[in-house]
Amino acid sequence: MATTITPGESYGFFTDTSICIGCKACEVACKEWNQLQGDSPQFLADSYDNTGQLDAQNWRHVKFIDNVPEQTAKAGDGRAFLMMSDVCKHCKHASCMEVCPTGAIIRTEFDTVFIQQDVCNGCRNCVAACPYSVIAMNQSTGTAHKCTLCYDRLQGGLEPACAKACPTQSIKFGPLAELQQAADVRLAALQSQGITQAQLYGRDDKVYGGLNAFFLLMDKPETYGLPNEDNAGLPSRNDVGGYVVGLVTAALGVIAGIVAFRRRGAS
Amino acid sequence: MIYLAAEHFVRAPQWTWYILFYFFFAGLSGGSYALATLLRLVGEPRDEAAARLGFYASFVALLVCPVLLTADLAASWWKFWHMLINVTPGDQGLNFKYWSPITLGVWVLSVFAVFAAVSALESFALDRRDRGTVGDPGRPMGGILGRAFNVVGGILALLFASYTGVLLSVSNQPIWSDTWMLGGLFLASGLSGSAALIALMSRYRPKAAFSLGRLHEADGYFSILELVLLVAFFITIIAAGTAGMTVQLLPLWLLALVGIGSSLVAARGQMRIRPMGGAAVVARAGTDTLVVSLLVLLGVLALRAAVIFSAQ
Repeated sequence: MATTITPGESYGFFTDTSICIGCKACEVACKEWNQLQGDSPQFLADSYDNTGQLDAQNWRHVKFIDNVPEQTAKAGDGRAFLMMSDVCKHCKHASCMEVCPTGAIIRTEFDTVFIQQDVCNGCRNCVAACPYSVIAMNQSTGTAHKCTLCYDRLQGGLEPACAKACPTQSIKFGPLAELQQAADVRLAALQSQGITQAQLYGRDDKVYGGLNAFFLLMDKPETYGLPNEDNAGLPSRNDVGGYVVGLVTAALGVIAGIVAFRRRGAS
Repeated sequence: MIYLAAEHFVRAPQWTWYILFYFFFAGLSGGSYALATLLRLVGEPRDEAAARLGFYASFVALLVCPVLLTADLAASWWKFWHMLINVTPGDQGLNFKYWSPITLGVWVLSVFAVFAAVSALESFALDRRDRGTVGDPGRPMGGILGRAFNVVGGILALLFASYTGVLLSVSNQPIWSDTWMLGGLFLASGLSGSAALIALMSRYRPKAAFSLGRLHEADGYFSILELVLLVAFFITIIAAGTAGMTVQLLPLWLLALVGIGSSLVAARGQMRIRPMGGAAVVARAGTDTLVVSLLVLLGVLALRAAVIFSAQ
């Protein structure tokens, strides 16, 4: 059933990794709609993943995580490759927005995080700040790029291309409140089946105030290359400490200068 | 809190050569202005010649900074002014996010440039006035207002020399964001390098030779400060578990230590011959100033290179 998209409401993705089959339809749909050429083809010799990472040409990336135990005597104990369609998390407290000096990174009327290409001047401060390694530079435009959550499609009342293309509905798009409800139901179902390792990531406000693109994971976040609650810090956490050390150093430097340069009487 | 352990999954911003040299010249520009102000305010009248050298050094080093910053923007260089002015519809006006060191730095650079330019021009005018005269340099212009101008400029200079370190810390990069020491470390290193630079310049200006010993002494104090901060820096990144990433840059760290060591060796002579309540120091450092200054400046550059490239 199509979602009615209304400006002023919060939208996002709920990506259920337990039903991702690694088909990469999301990657293809994203590239097609957003006219991304993709990087030069390369063979990474690591599973079926030859995309490698999110970057300026890959706004969706299906991660293949080798989670099969080395000892196969127990036939993997029901564990296999973990697959996860990664994307910009559209964080509620977004590190990229926090540090962007030009105001190029904004929150849209759909509560998503968007980089205005005509404003971005390529300083790369957002690249240094994004804890998910999402944002990357496009060398030809000299600007930072990432998933827009198909801002143009949302404005036209269409759901994002990746969610539209996902054959297993691993990627669900919709109003955030509805997605959160669906995620809770799915988690409860999995846990009732004894899959106790299943957990939601970014569903609540413990990680960057909550993520508009949140996940159901089948292992701990670090396994997927996601910082856990303890490691999810905003860049500004170091503002005060950094400046205080600078200030103390400045005071000691001035005192040192006064000691060295002070008048010592006529020669 | 000193312990900032974190597991990082972040991409490197590719801040490389332009940013390295920007950090280097920002440290020298800010440091030189601060030292020149101190020489003028608390030094002997005969320190005025060295103070003017400091103002010249500050201005020339500053001229390079916007060029490097703009070049680093590559294809978007023509949008550099977006740092200062917000053009987002509905949010137009001046851009000032005080919590973002890059914004603060751009504004400090812009305002400090006025102070550096005026002080360099004043020094030039004073040098022209004093041309051909023998004895101490003439008094600076502006009286108490002139000194107040230097003090404000000096405060901005200290901020300019240190914010680059804070900028690195206010990120999610390994090493950079695992410590609070970088702002102080870059400032101490910038002051040390500036003392070495003014000392180097004073070799070629006889009137400024009077301040040579004092500059080496100051350099020594700054280097002690730098050494303490360097130790604190390593303690914090070891605690965070990211120190291993910088081991491959050991030669750069050693070069930075050579710079610190050179400052201390040169300063040791000055501290020893400090006069007891009387005669001014007109002695030269035991070690050749040229070699010492170049090693110190190389150390300043190496320190920044080691920090910048550690995370990338």
